[in-house]
Amino acid sequence: MIEYFTSREFLVLMAKMVAIFGGVMTALAYTTLLERRMMAFVQMRPGPNRVGPFGLLQPLADGLKFLLKEQVVPTNANVLLYYAAPIVSLIPALLSFSVIPFGPDLKITDLNVGLLFIFAITSLGVYGIVLGGWASNSKYPLMGAMRASAQMLSYELSLTLSVVGVLMISRTLSLAHLVTSQQGTWFGFIPRWNIFLQPVAFFVYVISAVAETNRLPFDLAESEQELVAGWHTEYSGMKFAMFFLAEYANMVTVSSIATILFLGGWNGPMFGPCWLQMALPTVWFVSKVFAFIFAYIMIRATVPRIRYDQLMQFGWKVLLPLALANILITSLVVALS
Amino acid sequence: MIPLNWYLILAAVLFLIGVLGFFVKRNIIALLLSVEIMLNAVNLTFVAFSSQHGNISGQIFVFFVLVVAAAEAAVGLALVIAMFRNRESLNVDRSNLLKW
Amino acid sequence: MIQILFLLFAALAVGAAINVLVQKHVLYSSLSLIVMLTAVSALFILLQAEFLAVINVIVYAGAIVVLFIFVIMLLNLPVDEDGTDRLRWLKFAGIPLGLFLLFLIGATVWNVGVASSSTQMTGSPEAIGQSLFTDYVLPFELTSLLILIALMGAVVFAKKDV
Repeated sequence: MIEYFTSREFLVLMAKMVAIFGGVMTALAYTTLLERRMMAFVQMRPGPNRVGPFGLLQPLADGLKFLLKEQVVPTNANVLLYYAAPIVSLIPALLSFSVIPFGPDLKITDLNVGLLFIFAITSLGVYGIVLGGWASNSKYPLMGAMRASAQMLSYELSLTLSVVGVLMISRTLSLAHLVTSQQGTWFGFIPRWNIFLQPVAFFVYVISAVAETNRLPFDLAESEQELVAGWHTEYSGMKFAMFFLAEYANMVTVSSIATILFLGGWNGPMFGPCWLQMALPTVWFVSKVFAFIFAYIMIRATVPRIRYDQLMQFGWKVLLPLALANILITSLVVALS
Repeated sequence: MIPLNWYLILAAVLFLIGVLGFFVKRNIIALLLSVEIMLNAVNLTFVAFSSQHGNISGQIFVFFVLVVAAAEAAVGLALVIAMFRNRESLNVDRSNLLKW
Repeated sequence: MIQILFLLFAALAVGAAINVLVQKHVLYSSLSLIVMLTAVSALFILLQAEFLAVINVIVYAGAIVVLFIFVIMLLNLPVDEDGTDRLRWLKFAGIPLGLFLLFLIGATVWNVGVASSSTQMTGSPEAIGQSLFTDYVLPFELTSLLILIALMGAVVFAKKDV
């Protein structure tokens, strides 16, 4: 037992954990800044640019402000659940990074049911939203929570079904094997990514992922015009910051899964000296994830929110049949070839 | 390695808690939750035996139990909504029109 | 080590299951049920059935209990009301009878030895899928029929005016 804790592999594992979680937390903080600056750019205003050069210290200032704010608990709120909800929503969001491979070696662990593990963990995230809305003892949060529970339940179906086609082709649930199954190219120049084999699945996945993370145009759970701020209306200070972090962490998780499933994970052109070869896979992975986050922010900046009944109809009558048809056709092709 | 008996006793205790809940509680949602506890206890038994015998069939049955649990929850909760709409109460003793 | 883990998760499961019954409000009961499910899933992992463990969390915690909580919030339920007088004696009869049932099950389990097999088996997705779609394909299709009927039944029951 003691030998294990002083062994080299344990220290390497700890170093990886620190690197991954440190990197992810920093990236989350700067994603908020990126989102605000880009939204501002689209809307032709400067955005936060006063704290540090280009506003680069803004996340630190925000963090300090969240920490120093007064802790307010609404009257007759359910105190236990009110405090527990942000934690319940943040922990699953961060836990899923423990199985995501950021590079051939930069991963904490690799489960042989890694993809399902992530789906299981993220499906627990809905409780944070639902309990937060219920415990606040206020009508707008309650309505936001009810919308969130129905919406996330509905879109989780198409999200899960959309990846089945990819799994049929690659025949594995381990995230690292999923990436290695997409190595190489067709005809020497088209990368062997699943997006070219499963365009419909990719389309369904990306849309359901936007809905799963409760972002525009599907942010019915918080829609500020009707529900003030939805389920986190009554939250402020550090508790709000935890909800906020969880939302961004979920965004990074679904983007990472999309990268691993459809865009070949850390695969990319390899060149240069040895140290560059070591770093390149992680660079490719991070830039692909960043491309997804960029797309998310652009969608938020440009697409209006849809109505609640339209959201439900779209989920059940368009996305779900599409995902099922994709499974049917893929299984036919896989069986015949 | 954990002896099989430990799992069986644990599953029995869980099943018993479910049965007790079903008899003692009067709220229909609590009754449905007790049924879920019982189903989980049974699942645990299936998986324990499957692991003990080196036979996958036990785990397949857990799938079927899961499907039945999902169907039961969906229909049960629909009934709960209908019942609450009719008599503004979820106490199973209150829905006694067919009893004397 | 593995015994400690077993005892830990067993205690968690039993405690959470008792808490489901003790809580006055069904919302707390549902939350406690999630804790119990997660503990049972952890026990599945100890039994080398990691695929089922994950599926258990996805189906129960991710869907069924969310459905319960959705209905509880939709109806905005009051705190649990007590039973009528007619059934009050059940509370006191239940515990000794339950202990008796436990005694019966326990005695059976201890007396009947179970032959253990040395075959190594893992509940990997491949093995389960292989078995599910060859040996058990008929029951599998029948459950799909069952779930379809349940779907229609739920819609019919919950609809306001049919």
